[in-house]
Amino acid sequence: MKLDRTGEDLLNQKRPMDIPRPLVFAVNTTPLPIVQKIVDAVFRRALRQHPNLFDRLGSYAEKRFGFSPTGLDLAFEIHPATPSISVYRKRQAPDTDAAVTGPLVMLLALLEGRIDGDAMFFSRSLSVTGDMEAMLALRNALDDCGFDLPKDLAGLAGPFAVPFQELANRVRSRALEGLA
Amino acid sequence: MELICPAGTPAAYREAVQAGADAIYCGFRDETNARNFPGLNFTRDEMKAAIAFGRSRGVDTYVALNTFMRAGAEDIWYRAADDAAAAGATALILADMALMDYVATKHPDQRLHVSVQASASNAVAVNFLVESFGAKRLVLPRVLTVAEIAALARKVSCELEVFAFGGLCVMAEGRCSLSSYVTGKSPNMQGVCSPASHVRYREDGGDMVSELGGFTINRFGKNEPAGYPTLCKGRFHIADSDAYAFEDPVSLDVMDHLDALRAAGVKALKIEGRQRGKAYVAEVVSSLRRALSASPQARPAHVAQLRKLSEGQQTTSGAYEKKWR
Repeated sequence: MKLDRTGEDLLNQKRPMDIPRPLVFAVNTTPLPIVQKIVDAVFRRALRQHPNLFDRLGSYAEKRFGFSPTGLDLAFEIHPATPSISVYRKRQAPDTDAAVTGPLVMLLALLEGRIDGDAMFFSRSLSVTGDMEAMLALRNALDDCGFDLPKDLAGLAGPFAVPFQELANRVRSRALEGLA
Repeated sequence: MELICPAGTPAAYREAVQAGADAIYCGFRDETNARNFPGLNFTRDEMKAAIAFGRSRGVDTYVALNTFMRAGAEDIWYRAADDAAAAGATALILADMALMDYVATKHPDQRLHVSVQASASNAVAVNFLVESFGAKRLVLPRVLTVAEIAALARKVSCELEVFAFGGLCVMAEGRCSLSSYVTGKSPNMQGVCSPASHVRYREDGGDMVSELGGFTINRFGKNEPAGYPTLCKGRFHIADSDAYAFEDPVSLDVMDHLDALRAAGVKALKIEGRQRGKAYVAEVVSSLRRALSASPQARPAHVAQLRKLSEGQQTTSGAYEKKWR
């Protein structure tokens, strides 16, 4: 992992890249079954790319994990044992065994292991609740699995896989700058 | 000086190698090491592969077996020592004298390092471990000043390794019972200080409250940097004020004392943080690698940004310069 950031950049407090408003509007107004279908496809592909993803969880795979990106009216519940992912509007989201709330960009960067979850917690950028042992196990499992979202998901774009990956790489670079 | 780096997962191990580690310390996925956290550490196969990967790039691997053996279950530790030696570990980091004796007897050619958990901090104790078990290196507790380290170095016949950056344990390591007192589990026996199973965070009127074993450890105001819910860094109501009784939420950074440590005869600098993610490992290792080869004037610029990754977003040189004395 290359982290080409200068000390000066890092000392300047930045905030996570905002999700563009049109995208927020689209996500918040798209019927939930359609969002669920897209998220399912992404989740299945991620599992195919990383079949050992949940190995490190052991018995914690039975737990239900909640992810709530701030700024979006969506909440995700992942049940590794099934394995399954469910999408809810926030007010309808069920209680989970452990949950994390934070900016979407930060949650995605954590998923890829590109930022340190403890550091985000120290800075109060993330909040975690519930079963910390289960959440720690999931964090460590994700950290070791080597997600690369642009590369892993490029196949979903079919014939546009290459431009999709290039665009996604650029978006990710910009987003990570905001987290530095 | 050697740069000794942490790895809690194979991914973190690879990052540490690429970032410039001279050696990497790691442990098996069980109670034989003091970072026995869920989802962390290495299976036997992962350890073998990591050691081979490190060796192919000239990086040593130290396997931490630094908890104290449970009476009646010693075989768990003996097997771990056998497996680490068979996997080709450069050194075993041990705390329990009975395990040191086992390794010295069964694997006489295996290099042995004394863990910080052994809490050996005077020349008599250190030389006893060297003479009895052939220990080649001692990892010093984080309770000595640079001057005390220099004095010790003159009296002992093994290499010295000191913690240079990361989590700051302010207690007599290997003998601290604070975590046991509150949770029934400790780093010394179960390999967990303030285990996640006993940690809870909750929001309370804009504040974030951290709890350990049902006890409130701290209350952080909105946007106030947070720390781990360890008793030694808890904020307590004492007399008429809320204050930190032992230590603030803070991490160790002794890079300002690099030249003094080198002059004192310290052989290796250790980065704490096997429980941290691979992004942390990559950034801290690469920053300290640059700092090690930089001039004293240029050094702070390489290390300053690491404060953001630190507990409480602040660092201290701790006991290395005891300002409170």
